[in-house]
Amino acid sequence: MKISKFKLALYGKYLFLIIISFLSIFPLFWMFVSATNASVDVLAGTLLPGVQLKENLTKLLANTNLLRALWNSFKYAAAATILSLFVSSLAGYGFEIYHDKGKDILMNILLLSMMVPFAVIMVPLYMMFGNANLLNSTAGFVLPTISTAFLIFLFRQSSRNFPREIIEAARLEGLTEFGIFFRMYIPVMKSTYAAAAVITFMNAWNNYLWPLIIMQKPEAQTMPLLISNLTSGYVIDYGVLMLAVAISVIPTILIFLALQKNFAEGIVGSAK
Amino acid sequence: MPKINFFKKNSHSKSRQKQKIGISRKQNLIGWAFIIPGAILIFLFYFYPIGKSFFLSLQGGAGLNLRFAGLANYKRLISDSLFTQSLFNVCIYLLIQVPIMITLALILAGLLNDQQIKFRSFFRTAIFLPCATSLVSYAIIFRSMFALDGFVNTILLNLNLIANPINWIGQPWTARLLIVLGLTWRWTGYNMIFYLAGLQNIDPAIYEAAKIDGASAFDRLTKITIPMLKPIILLTTIMSTNGTLQIFDETKNLTNGGPANATLSVSQYIYRLSFEYVPRFGYAAAIAFVVFILVAVLAMLQVKVGDKR
Repeated sequence: MKISKFKLALYGKYLFLIIISFLSIFPLFWMFVSATNASVDVLAGTLLPGVQLKENLTKLLANTNLLRALWNSFKYAAAATILSLFVSSLAGYGFEIYHDKGKDILMNILLLSMMVPFAVIMVPLYMMFGNANLLNSTAGFVLPTISTAFLIFLFRQSSRNFPREIIEAARLEGLTEFGIFFRMYIPVMKSTYAAAAVITFMNAWNNYLWPLIIMQKPEAQTMPLLISNLTSGYVIDYGVLMLAVAISVIPTILIFLALQKNFAEGIVGSAK
Repeated sequence: MPKINFFKKNSHSKSRQKQKIGISRKQNLIGWAFIIPGAILIFLFYFYPIGKSFFLSLQGGAGLNLRFAGLANYKRLISDSLFTQSLFNVCIYLLIQVPIMITLALILAGLLNDQQIKFRSFFRTAIFLPCATSLVSYAIIFRSMFALDGFVNTILLNLNLIANPINWIGQPWTARLLIVLGLTWRWTGYNMIFYLAGLQNIDPAIYEAAKIDGASAFDRLTKITIPMLKPIILLTTIMSTNGTLQIFDETKNLTNGGPANATLSVSQYIYRLSFEYVPRFGYAAAIAFVVFILVAVLAMLQVKVGDKR
């Protein structure tokens, strides 16, 4: 009797996990299936892959500048990731390795920036970038995202695991302080960099509000803007729409599946 | 979006004090050189705009023809029914969605930390997967699935569960429900990952001992898991509160604030005031500043409450 009750509870747990997993995956599954179907079939509730993928793609390419948007999104995200990793890891390293009272206070002040809602600063930022003639430019997209307290904090926390002996030894060898950072720290901290890169790239790739404000020219459009615009028509072609969404989601899903561990580390990293 | 961790004290400060002795004056200056670029960028793109936002909020007028107006914007705000409406909507999301999501994430983390469950890494990946979807993408997927002639209504009609299609997006409470549903779908796995990381620091022997003592699964959740995870639960609560108060992508793309502003968020209202209507930068900045105060006060309250327990 006791065993069967235990078994029953176990089956209940599995059932619960299966239902939640199903609900988590289903919308994405539906998106992929719909991308291969005509709009009528999508609305009819089909759950089988169709044969309309090519037609949907032709329509999408004809109605939007898909390749331009993909390239823009990639360009902005790559630039943001490289610069952000460089600037934030420099600062994180500096805050931990050379820490003193002044730097600790500054770090705490910088952390307050994480409490600043983007809606609060978007109008002044828009004015600043408008005055500096940086609307519709890569620099405009990237600049506000280069330095974030989150990444600096992540690098500061993980710098604690960087062996001090390496620094001491490198100093005796005659390496400069910056030399130690570039030649010792960066190679050793590869996994932190990977985690930070995944997070930063995804955030930049998915960023919506900031490009919505500053990327006013069609040539500067990103993928989130492109798919959002597709829904503004009076009649929506769901096959084409879901294909566009699928194309924008595929890179992040691939990165996620390949680097899930780094992704989780990047999210949780600074909370340790 | 950046996440918060400001309430975490430096637990290593003692061991770090010792290491400090080895740092010379020159190295100290070099240390500042490491920090300066990142610090300047944060001051330039976070703190300076806040000051500017406050300055703007004291100005009135349309477009760029701004002139000093004192507290007029803040006075106008009190009687602005759209502002109250958007604040109400955001509070509804906050009060309904955050508790549901955090409870669900805790239960899931508990289950996936249980050694007798097989295929744990599969379940974890599946539940975490929505995090790989951008906010705009999932908002559009949900919007399509719940369209009047969309997938969900078709299935419900075919199963004879409803006689007429439900206008999910067209009615205030079903539209709000969709936003809550979407947020829960997107963020439960994200929070679960935090709890799973926290659970790894809890010795499984504690659970074994509790089981032997006859503690039920519910007891183990409320007596062991939740108390041990308290700091992380507090962190995720603050993050979720902060995120929900700022919600924009979903209300813009899932419901576009409708019907009749029933899902309009504060961020979206600020956006409308600044970029969709005749720009009222001063008034938008006043609302933005109130949001800023609100976020800060709520975070401080949560830290206070969390510390007392």
